[in-house]
Amino acid sequence: MAEIVADAPQRVAGRPRLRGAALFGTVPFFAFVTIFLVVPTLTVVIGAFTGDGGRGFTLANVRALTDDYIVAAFGRSITLSASSALIGAVVGAILAYALVTAKPDGLLRRLVTAAAGVLAQFGGVTLAFAFLATIGLSGFVTLWLQEHGLDPYANGVWLFELPGLTLVYTYFQIPLMVIVFLPALDGIRPQWREAHVSLGGNTWQYWTRVAGPLLAPAFLGSTLLLFANAFSAYATAAALVSQGSPIVPLQIRGALSSEVVLGQANLGKAMALGMVVVVAVVMTLYSLLQKRTAKWLG
Amino acid sequence: MARVIFRWTVLSVMGVFFLLPLVAMVEFSTRDAKTWPLLLDWPRLSAEYPALAEGIVASLAQAALTSLLMLALLVPTAVWVRLRLPRLRRLVEFLCLLPLTIPAIVLVVGLAPVYAWVNYFLGGSSLTLVFAYTILVLPYAYRAIDAGLSAIDVKTLAEAARSLGAGWATVILRVVLPNIRSAVLSAAFLTVALVLGEFTIASLLHRTNLQVAIEFLGKSSAGVSVAVSLAALLLAFVLLLVLSLAGNSKKGRTS
Repeated sequence: MAEIVADAPQRVAGRPRLRGAALFGTVPFFAFVTIFLVVPTLTVVIGAFTGDGGRGFTLANVRALTDDYIVAAFGRSITLSASSALIGAVVGAILAYALVTAKPDGLLRRLVTAAAGVLAQFGGVTLAFAFLATIGLSGFVTLWLQEHGLDPYANGVWLFELPGLTLVYTYFQIPLMVIVFLPALDGIRPQWREAHVSLGGNTWQYWTRVAGPLLAPAFLGSTLLLFANAFSAYATAAALVSQGSPIVPLQIRGALSSEVVLGQANLGKAMALGMVVVVAVVMTLYSLLQKRTAKWLG
Repeated sequence: MARVIFRWTVLSVMGVFFLLPLVAMVEFSTRDAKTWPLLLDWPRLSAEYPALAEGIVASLAQAALTSLLMLALLVPTAVWVRLRLPRLRRLVEFLCLLPLTIPAIVLVVGLAPVYAWVNYFLGGSSLTLVFAYTILVLPYAYRAIDAGLSAIDVKTLAEAARSLGAGWATVILRVVLPNIRSAVLSAAFLTVALVLGEFTIASLLHRTNLQVAIEFLGKSSAGVSVAVSLAALLLAFVLLLVLSLAGNSKKGRTS
C-alpha cells in the first residue's frame, strides 16, 4: 500500500520530465541543422538588409538589385531557365509518352527510367566538359561538321553564351521531366479513352478535351520544377563561362570573390535573397499544381 | 503499329542526343594514347598531377564521411521522432527538405561566415566540407530513410525489443537499422554520387575536391581532365544505375 502511494505521484511527475528527455534525443540533429542550414539562411536574409560594416538596417542592397547590370543578369537567368525548362518539358513529355506506350514492367521502360534518374543528377563541371568535348572548338562533333563543310560557329562561338547554356541545360532537364511527368501519364486510365471512343470522340478531341486538361496541371507543375532546377544551377555555367557574368549565380560568384575590394559585402546576399524569392514563388506554385495533379490523377 | 514506330523514333533520336556527349568524351580523351594508362597508374598520376590526386583523395574521403555523418544524424532522429515525438515530424521533414528550395550558390553565401568559424576551430582542411555536404544531401537521404521507415512497423518492433529489455541504442542499431538496410544503402549511394559531383561549395569556399581539381586541370590539359570527368561520371552512373534498378526490381517482387 505504501509502495503504491509512493509510486503514484512519481509517475505523474515523471511524464513531463520524460518528454524533456525525449526532446534531448533530437538535440544533435537540430543543433547541426541550425548551424549549417538555419544560420546560413538567416545570414543571407539579414545580410541583404544590413549596411556595409555589419550594422544598421538599410534597403540600399535591395535597391541596388535594380541596377541595370543586375536586372539584366536576372533577365538572362530567367530567359535561360524558362527556355531550357520549356524545351526540356516538351521533349521530356514526348519521351515519357513514348515510354508509357511500352510495356509497364518491360526492360525498355526500366532501363530508360533508370538512365533518366542518373542523367537528371548529371550536371556541373563534368557536364560542361562533356559538351566541350562534343561541340567545343576542337570537339568531336565540331570537327566532324567542319570536315563536311559545315561550321557551327560560323557566326561566332555561341557555346559559352545563353544559347549554348540552354543546350547544355536541356541535357539534365529532359531526364528530369521524364521522371516527374511519368507518374502523371501513368495516372491516365485506358478506360477513359475507351469511354471517349465509345461515345463517338476522335483522337484529336481526346487529347484536347480529356487527356490534355487532365495533364495540364502536371505538365505546368513539372515545367516550373524544371525552371527552378535551371535557375539554381551554378556549376555547369561556372565551368563553361569563364569571362563575364551573364547570369545571377555567376554575378554572386563575382560578388563573393571581390567583396573586400568593392566594399559591397552584402550585395551578394541581396542577389542571393532575390534568387531565393524567385525559387520560393516557383516552388509554391509547383506544390499547388502538384496537389491538383494528385487529386485528378492520383 | 504507328505507336511502335513513334516510340522507337523518339527513343533513337533521344538516344543519339544523350549518348553523343559520352562518345565524344571517349573520343576526346583517347586522342592522346597516353591519357588512360596514366589514369590507371596512381603513383605516376600523383607525381604528374598532384592537385588532381589530392582532389580524388579528398572527394573519396568526403563521400565516405558525409555518408557516415548523414546516417548518424538522420537515422536515430527519424526513428526517435517517429516513436516518441510524432508532433515534431513535420518540422524535421520541413528542415530536411528545405535545402531543395535553397540553391547551393545561395547556401554558399550564407555558409561563408559560418566557415570562417569552422576555419578558426578546425582549420581549412577540405574535409570540413563534410558539414555542408550533409546539409546538401539531407533531402534525398531523408526521403530514402523515411520511405524505409514507413515500410516497416517501427513502433511494434521497438516495443517488442524494449519489452525484452533492449536499450534505445540496441533498438536503433540492432533492430531498426537491419530492417531498413536497403533504404540506408540507397541513401548512402545517393550521398556518394552527389558528393562526387559537387563543385559549387568546394570551389567558392576555396577547398579542393575532385570537381575543383578537374576544372583547374581543364585549363592546362584538356585531355586528362575529360578522361577524369568520364571516369568519375561512369562511377556515379554505375552507383545510381545499380540503385535504381535494384529499387525497381524489388518493387516488382513485392507487388
